[in-house]
Amino acid sequence: METIQKMWKGNIRQYGMIITLVLIMLLFQVLTDGLLLKPLNITNLILQNSYILVLAIGMLLVIITGHIDLSVGSVAAFVGAISAILMVKMQVHPVVAVIISLLIGALVGAWQGFWVAYVKIPSFIVTLAGMLLFRGLTMIVLDGQSIAPFPESFQLISSGFVPDLFGGSGLHLLTIVIGVLLSAILVWTEWSRRQTQRSYQFDVEPTGFFIAKLIGMVAVVNLFTFVLATYEGIPNILILLFALIVLYSFVMKKTVMGRHIYALGGNEKAASLSGVRTKQKTFWVFVNMGVLSALAGLIFAARLNAATPKAGVNFELDAIAACFIGGASATGGIGTVIGAMIGGLVMGVMNNGMSLIGLGIDWQQGIKGLVLLLAVAFDIYNKNKAS
Amino acid sequence: MAASLLEMRGITKTFPGVKALEDVNLQVKEGEIHALMGENGAGKSTLMKVLSGVYPYGTYTGDILFQGKVCEFRDIKQSEQLGIVIIHQELALISELSIAENIFLGNEQASRGIVDWQQTRVKARELLQKVGLQESPDTLISQIGVGKQQLVEIAKALSKKVKLLILDEPTAALNEEDSDNLLKLLLEFKKEGISSILISHKLNEVSRVADSITILRDGKTIETLETKTGEVTEERIIKGMVGRDMTQRYPQRFPVIGETIFEVKDWNVYHPVIPERKVIDEVSLHIRRGEIVGIAGLMGAGRTELAMSIFGRSYGKRISGQMFKHGKEIRITDIPEAIEQGIAYVTEDRKHYGLNLMDDIKRNISLAALGKLSKRSVVNENEEIKVAEEFRRKLNIKTPSILQKAVNLSGGNQQKVVLSKWIFAEPDVLILDEPTRGIDVGAKYEIYTIIHQLAAEGKGILLISSELPELLGMCDRIYVMSEGRITGEVERAEATQERLMKDMTKTRG
Repeated sequence: METIQKMWKGNIRQYGMIITLVLIMLLFQVLTDGLLLKPLNITNLILQNSYILVLAIGMLLVIITGHIDLSVGSVAAFVGAISAILMVKMQVHPVVAVIISLLIGALVGAWQGFWVAYVKIPSFIVTLAGMLLFRGLTMIVLDGQSIAPFPESFQLISSGFVPDLFGGSGLHLLTIVIGVLLSAILVWTEWSRRQTQRSYQFDVEPTGFFIAKLIGMVAVVNLFTFVLATYEGIPNILILLFALIVLYSFVMKKTVMGRHIYALGGNEKAASLSGVRTKQKTFWVFVNMGVLSALAGLIFAARLNAATPKAGVNFELDAIAACFIGGASATGGIGTVIGAMIGGLVMGVMNNGMSLIGLGIDWQQGIKGLVLLLAVAFDIYNKNKAS
Repeated sequence: MAASLLEMRGITKTFPGVKALEDVNLQVKEGEIHALMGENGAGKSTLMKVLSGVYPYGTYTGDILFQGKVCEFRDIKQSEQLGIVIIHQELALISELSIAENIFLGNEQASRGIVDWQQTRVKARELLQKVGLQESPDTLISQIGVGKQQLVEIAKALSKKVKLLILDEPTAALNEEDSDNLLKLLLEFKKEGISSILISHKLNEVSRVADSITILRDGKTIETLETKTGEVTEERIIKGMVGRDMTQRYPQRFPVIGETIFEVKDWNVYHPVIPERKVIDEVSLHIRRGEIVGIAGLMGAGRTELAMSIFGRSYGKRISGQMFKHGKEIRITDIPEAIEQGIAYVTEDRKHYGLNLMDDIKRNISLAALGKLSKRSVVNENEEIKVAEEFRRKLNIKTPSILQKAVNLSGGNQQKVVLSKWIFAEPDVLILDEPTRGIDVGAKYEIYTIIHQLAAEGKGILLISSELPELLGMCDRIYVMSEGRITGEVERAEATQERLMKDMTKTRG
C-alpha cells in the first residue's frame, strides 16, 4: 500500500492528466447521451485531431528546448499548397510529391533553426516572422484560390482505413487481431522491464498491482480496437500517429539525443559545458518541427481534399495548448510526448463534445481558454506543493 | 555593558516535517558587529528571514525585541521601517537601472508620484561617498563589478536609515581587496552606531571584525562567544559549528607525482566582445601526474577565462597557443572534444553553469558521459541508476534518493553531484574552479578528500581558488596570475600568503 502511495505521489502529474481526460470524456458522454463514445464518433475524433497531435509532438520538442514555434500553422498551409500544385497542377506522383513536401518542411525548419540557434534571435520573433512569411507565401503560390481535388491515393492518408484481410462482415477482424497483438507486445515489454529491474535488484511494483495495471492496460487497448472494429476498423492515420508517438517517446526517453534535448532546455549553459552541442541540437529540433509541420499540412490537405489559403489558421495555438495542458514547462526542460498527446486529446474531446451538444464557437473558444489556464495553474500548484 | 539593540528569544520555526529552528536565542548589542556562524543548513538564513519579516509573525513562535519593544513584523516593509535591513547573498539589484535608481528603488524620491531626479542624484551621491564608492549615480549596475554592486546595496540600506544591517555572506563573491574594504566599512559604521549581523563562512574575517559570535548548529544556538575576552580561536569556532574537533582543515596527503601529462604553451585569448582586449597573455603551464596545481589571483586576473579557454574554447576569441597531452600536441575546437581528450572543468558557478537544477541527481551525474552508459545511442537507464547510487555512496551525497531534483540539495551536496559528473567522465586533467565556494566547513573537508583521491589515482588537478589558505593547504605548486599573465610560480615549500599576494598584485610596470 505504501509503495502504491509513493508511486501515486511521484506520478501525480501523469495520472492527473489521464484522470482529467477521463473525466472530460465521461462528462461529454453524459451530456451527449452517449454520442461521444459511439464508434463513428471515436473514429471522427482521431481523424479530426490527427494533424494537431502531429504538430504537438514537434512542438513539445521545441518547448522542451525552451523555445516556441508560432509558424507551424502557416508552414502547414504552405506545404499543403505546394503539394497541391505538385499533385493537382503538375501531376506529380503522390509519393514523390509527399517526399518533396517533407523536404520543403525540413528546409523551412532549417531556415528558422538557423536564426534561432546560430544567430540567437528569440524563437518567438523568428517564428512570428515565419508565421507571416509563410502565410504570405501560401497566398502567393495559391494566388488566393483553393486547389482541388487531390488524387484519391493521396486522400487515403486521412480518409482511408486499414483493409480487413480476413474479410469479416460487420466486424473488422484485422483490427481485433491487431488489438490482441498489441496487448501481447505490451505485456511482454512490461514484463521484461520488470525482470531487468529485478536483475539490478531495484524495487519493483508489488505483483498484485503490476498484474492489475497490465489487465487495465490490456482492457483499454482491446476495448478501443473493438470499438473501432465495429465501425470501419483502424484509420490509416492512426497507424502513422501511433508510430510517431512510439518513435518520439523512445527518442526522448531512451536516447542520448533525447537526454541532451532535456538538458539543453533545463540549463543551456550547464548542458553546453557538459559537452552537449547545444546550437546543433536546437537547430535540429527546428528542422524536425518543420518536417512535422509539413506532415500535418499534408494530412490536413488530404482530409479537406483541397489546399486553401486559410488552412492551418490557429493550429499553432492548439499545438502549444496541447503541450502545456500535457504538463510541459514554459521555461523548458520538462514535458513528455505522451503528456502532449493527452493534452491534445483533452482539447480534441472538448471541441468535439461541445460541437455535439451544439455549443457555439464563441463559447467553445472561451471554455477552452479557461481549461488551458486551469490545467497549467493546477500543475504549478502541484509543483509548489511538492517542493 | 552596552544596551541590547536586538533580542530574539526562544525562536522556533517549523517547516512541514522539519524543525528549522528550535529555541534559538540571539542578542545583538548597540554598536557591535555580531557574527552568525554555522554550517549550511544550520538555520542562519531562516533566522534572519524570521527577523526581517519574510516569515511573518505567527508562522514562528518566540519573541523579537528591537530597542526594547516587542515586534510583530508582517512583512519586510515593517522591519525596514524600524531600521532592520537585510542584504541577501544574491544581490537584489536591477542591472539595467542606474546606481541612483537602484538605491531608491521602492523608496523613490518623489512628490505626488513624480520622481524628483535632481534630489535622487544628490542624495545618491552623498550615500555613495559614505560607502566610499567613486562612481557616478547615473552609471548602470551592469557596468560595475560585484564588489561595487555590494557597496550599492549597502548605500541602499543606508538610505533606509538603517540601525541594524544584516549581511548574508557579503564577501563570498569578492576578492581580498574588496572584502577588506567592505569589512573596514562595517567598522566605520560601528563607530557611527550602526550595528551589523554578519553571516559568513570565512573564519579569518569574522575573527578580525566581529565583537561577538553566535554559533548555530542544526537549528539550535550552540554558544555566543565574545572576542574581547580572547576565548575565540578558529579551532573553537569550527568545533562549535561541526560539533567535533577539526584538528586539521586539510586532510593529510602524500603526493606521488609523476611525469608531465598536460601542458599549455604560449596561450593567448582575446575578449569575446571587445576584440582588442587581450584577456590571457602568453600563458604557459604544465601539470604532472598526481599533482595538484593551484592558480592564485585576484578577481579579474583571468583565471576562469584561462580555464574555460582551455576547456574546449568555451571562452574567448582568437585563441592561439599549443596544448600537449602526454607530450603529444592536441587540438581541441569545442567542449565535446575536450571531454574526449580527458579534460574536465568544474565551474565556479554550479547553479548556473554546473547543474540542470530541475532534473534529478542521476541524470545530472550521467550527462557528460552518456556515451559510456549507452549502446548505439540508447541509454541504459538501469545501469545509470547503478552508477548514480555508486557515486552517492562514494562521495557521500546526502539525499533520500538519487531521483531527488538537484535544486533541493544543499550547496555542498550539489557540488558533490557536479564532481560525480566529472569523475564519471574519467578525465586525466581536472580543472576545479572555486570548488568550495559557499560550502560549509564539514563538506569542504569531504571535497578536499575527494580531490586528494583523484590526485592519488594519477589525475592532474588544476585548482583555482580565491582563498589563499586553501591553495596553501592543498597544492603542490601554485601559479599566480595577474592581468592575464602568469606572474609567479611557487613550490609548496616556499609558498606563503605574503609571497602569493606580492605576485597577485604585480601589474604591468
